Amino acid sequence: MEDIVQTVVAKYNYWIYITLMMLGLYAMIAKNNLIKKIVGMNIFQTAIILFYVSIGVKKNATIPIMQEVHGHAVNVAAYHNPLPHVLMLTAIVVGVATLGVALAFAIRIYNQYKTLEEDEILAQIRTREEQMGKI
Amino acid sequence: MNAHYPALLVTVPLLSGFVISTAGWLNKRFCFPIAVAALAVSAFSCVGVLLQVIEQGAVIYKLGAWEPPFGIVYHVDHLNGLVLVVVSMVALINLIASKRTVQEEFPEKLGPFYTMYVFMCTGLLGITVTGDAFNLYVLLEITALSGYGLLSMSNNDRSTFATLNYLYMGTIGACFYLLGVGYLYIVTGSLNMRDIAQILPSLYGSKAVVAAFIICLVGVWAKMAFFPLHGWLPNAYTFASSAASGLITPLVTKVMIYVMIRLILTIFTPAFAFSVVLVSKPIVWLAVIAIVMGAVLALASRNLKKMLTYIVVAEVGYMVGGAWLGNRIGMTGAILHIVNDALMTLCVFLAVGNIVYKIKDTGFENLQGLFRKMPFTMGAFVIGAMSIIGVPPTCGFFSKWYLISGGLQAGQYGFVAALLFSSLVSVVLFFRVFEIGFYEPLADHHGHGHSAPQPEPQPQMHPMMDEAPVSMLVPLMVVAAGLVLVGMYTGDIVEHIVRFAIPNALI
Repeated sequence: MEDIVQTVVAKYNYWIYITLMMLGLYAMIAKNNLIKKIVGMNIFQTAIILFYVSIGVKKNATIPIMQEVHGHAVNVAAYHNPLPHVLMLTAIVVGVATLGVALAFAIRIYNQYKTLEEDEILAQIRTREEQMGKI
Repeated sequence: MNAHYPALLVTVPLLSGFVISTAGWLNKRFCFPIAVAALAVSAFSCVGVLLQVIEQGAVIYKLGAWEPPFGIVYHVDHLNGLVLVVVSMVALINLIASKRTVQEEFPEKLGPFYTMYVFMCTGLLGITVTGDAFNLYVLLEITALSGYGLLSMSNNDRSTFATLNYLYMGTIGACFYLLGVGYLYIVTGSLNMRDIAQILPSLYGSKAVVAAFIICLVGVWAKMAFFPLHGWLPNAYTFASSAASGLITPLVTKVMIYVMIRLILTIFTPAFAFSVVLVSKPIVWLAVIAIVMGAVLALASRNLKKMLTYIVVAEVGYMVGGAWLGNRIGMTGAILHIVNDALMTLCVFLAVGNIVYKIKDTGFENLQGLFRKMPFTMGAFVIGAMSIIGVPPTCGFFSKWYLISGGLQAGQYGFVAALLFSSLVSVVLFFRVFEIGFYEPLADHHGHGHSAPQPEPQPQMHPMMDEAPVSMLVPLMVVAAGLVLVGMYTGDIVEHIVRFAIPNALI
């Protein structure tokens, strides 16, 4: 029992990101409303951004702006790792772009079917196909 | 100039995208020539860099002259050199072939369409050329985002909903890949593919490395529509416009297969992928299921374009299975099949594009008398179909031959059986189409089926030929000829390129 508590507490950042990620995934799979699905997708992406941000953090370190330089040697343990944070700038931009495209699709779908519930859309598609004599 | 090929092949299409979107506001007539010029420069650079690679080995291009582990490098070796040429050629040919359909389908949106088209090519070429794991993720998303735009730009009213489903799956796939790269970064502290490969061997025991490998693979599979994750592909590709599906269907899945092979061969090395992580057998079985399911679902569809998309699902199974057989012949087959499958999928989708251009619908009931109506299109379609089935003079036969011999060598008889089964199903699939197109009279809508043996109707004596325009036929003919040519030169491709693409460690 103590082992489990230890692993959970010591690596809490991983547990948080996995929980968030699964929440997002659950919403994408189980929710019926397209907007809720899209929100789930965004939570999913944000979880990974959090994961990256958390791995750059060090204990007793500060933001990666050099305070004083002693010759050429830089004490790397004194600064957070900026690289994962920089990578996430790109990932955030990508996430925003994906969200924008997804919402634009949602608007188009709403204009087309006058609903955002997936089961109603599928029902409309089915009746339309039956009318056209396909299937 | 020569030294900058690897950079040019990505930057020229990228920058041309901005020019095209500006030109779209000024005069729509300029969009198409600019796109053709950009992709032609890109294709020229791809061929140039492949020739350099064949002559003097891998070409390394340091962007901004930063040294490899710190800056981004473009690393072109025999593997991605070959894929680059295929990607750029397919994109260029489809661009030229689809000029008419694009003009007719969205005359108001030429600027946005061609902008996204060249961005898509930028992404695909960038994924292929880059030597940096995170850079690959960014380009993956560039490809995906422009792909969503292209797929949803269609007159079919179901395309948006199908594309939204693709968007969910594509995002999950890309995020998984990003997560895997994150784990790799934690253990190695590097994002450069070859740098990671050098650091990894001492860490093969680490659970994080295994997790990184599996997570990356799942992400790439979601993107390539490997069997349990294939649900998005058929609808998204079927309801897209001909121009978009002609670009995206041949290339996206193939480029993702390339990424998987790159993961196996370069980042994690074959020793790790086949010996440390014991997943190759289950993956080959998954591929077997993918092939069988793809074939069966293709049999069930009554629409030519949808049937072809299910065949793409089966073909993905071929390549994943071949790459995971764990021997040299199987890997050769998989790499060769990237080239061949890109060409033959392009061939059949260009043919479908011509059919859609003329008769608007690809449901089987509308294909009657098509051989009389469009003899050249259907002739090329037959060559493409022969290649997918695997009939000898065409290139599909040779890669299938390598895959089957690889399966026999690895003792994976289930894979061999699945390949043969799928070939037989393809015969049924395509001959059903040929039968409708050849023997059933032109669509005149009285009782389709063989209800009564009617006397030979007179109108057939005067076939009404109604072919697609020459600008669509010539590219199709070039691709169909290419299928046979690539088939005849398979030996040279393997001897001079594919042989060097596989590390010697893999026997």
